[in-house]
Amino acid sequence: MVATQPPATAPAAPDTTTPVEDKLYNVRFKTDETASHLIVVNPELCIQCADKPCTVFCPVSVYKWEPGVQRISVGYEKCVECGACRIGCPPHNIAWRYPRGGFGVQYKNG
Amino acid sequence: MVAEKFDVIVVGAGLAGTSAAYTLAKAGAKVVLLERGDFPGSKNVMGGILYRQPMEKVIPGWWREAPVERPISEQRVWILTEDSMVTLGYKSQRFNEEPYNAFTVLRARFDRWFADQAVAAGAVLVTETTVEDVLRENGRVVGVRTSRPEGDLYGHIVIAADGVNSLLAQKVGLHGEWPPDRVAIAVKEIIQLSRERLEERFGLENGEGTAIELFGEATRGMMGYGFIYTNRDTLSVGVGVLLSDLIARKIHPNELLEGFKRHPMVRRLLEGGEAKEYMAHLIPEGGWPTVPPVYTDGFLVAGDAAMMVNGLFREGSNFAAISGKLAAQTALEALERGDFSSRTLSSYVERLRETFIVRDLEGYSRVSRYAHEHPELFTVYPRLLAEACHELMTVDSIPKRLKLLDILRHARQRRPLLAVAKDLVGALRALP
Repeated sequence: MVATQPPATAPAAPDTTTPVEDKLYNVRFKTDETASHLIVVNPELCIQCADKPCTVFCPVSVYKWEPGVQRISVGYEKCVECGACRIGCPPHNIAWRYPRGGFGVQYKNG
Repeated sequence: MVAEKFDVIVVGAGLAGTSAAYTLAKAGAKVVLLERGDFPGSKNVMGGILYRQPMEKVIPGWWREAPVERPISEQRVWILTEDSMVTLGYKSQRFNEEPYNAFTVLRARFDRWFADQAVAAGAVLVTETTVEDVLRENGRVVGVRTSRPEGDLYGHIVIAADGVNSLLAQKVGLHGEWPPDRVAIAVKEIIQLSRERLEERFGLENGEGTAIELFGEATRGMMGYGFIYTNRDTLSVGVGVLLSDLIARKIHPNELLEGFKRHPMVRRLLEGGEAKEYMAHLIPEGGWPTVPPVYTDGFLVAGDAAMMVNGLFREGSNFAAISGKLAAQTALEALERGDFSSRTLSSYVERLRETFIVRDLEGYSRVSRYAHEHPELFTVYPRLLAEACHELMTVDSIPKRLKLLDILRHARQRRPLLAVAKDLVGALRALP
């Protein structure tokens, strides 16, 4: 008969998740030390932002909530310039531009 | 920076921009191609499949010279549940014969080669140069402001091929910010395997390659799909979902990718592979209704920047190359007339309409909207399908007729027959 309960989940595979920080060792960056190309416009809005989704959906975890200082830290050095944060930030609170010419991520394969 | 006036300034050396620059240079126009990366391709990402025929319209016989990975002779569709899959596929020897149908490519290599062709044709390529804004005179676009000191460049026409973020067209005012349900976010990894192992594992010979798209549990039921494409000695492995879905589900893109890689049906294909590069990119979604105005005085938009992607058939790269060429032809006509007004440039839309692009984008918008409105396509139906297959393939001394009735009864509990019928009719209507 058709199983009525959902199929048993795959036998607990060892959790082999590689943290994104480790993956970035393989990615080449040329960091513009002079300035961040990502700027949180109004830090006050981040305090009010309940979910702080940027800390979850950024594919390289550029954004981290720092509870001590009550603000989002921006690790722009590892940004892969996808643009998701600019679009996904609920109050559109991220001033987003491309890094200066020649800087930023440099894919070997793409 | 070159202190001279160009016929055309092309922003972005991806498939759209380079195609435009190549076409313009071939026709003898004075064209500059601006690229913010170290070299063309260093910022560019796609799943990895480039179709032969549309690119032939830009450079005939391109695939004989270009750095391609493998011709694709097989297309597989895998519908996943947690512990099973239902599969469908097509493989043909004819797809592994000249002139081939499609190839896997790695953009960092391909785009570099493509831009070289534009340069050989006479285009001026300027890399490491980010365009910050357009320059305007009397309301019309007359050039661009770059990140370089004294980096203003003047030209009769600017072609914005600056990719999915489409910042330049936003600055010009052709559209606002894309909403998060109009873009997909894709994360991808390059995983290295020895050539022998890869060919054995995927059943490949004579350099051929395979493309697998995976639905259902591959995206945890979100609209989108996972993919595995074979390159020469690497795999392109990734997953793409609507940004709005990902935000709502609170899943980190890397965790989504890692979960996909851990799936029992996927894991075995990647076993022993070495991760070489991780990347992320947005993909325009939504089809023709979401395409913004693509021209104004002195300004044309091509490729991803104009939302020209058909996600279902992995067609973004060819739309880009073709729209780049059509933008170039429009610019050539304007140069000939010496008239760069929006009225002259409006023939770009006519040109797009004459090709498959607009019709396919119209079709895709229906499919896309349908999928949007039917999340059960990615959740309930994969499960039902797998359970039905499981039941039919299990021999347990129950008469087949009873089994079928049971499958039907079970399906009705999950989704009433009337709803299934509506889904079906809707799906047929949504077909291109």
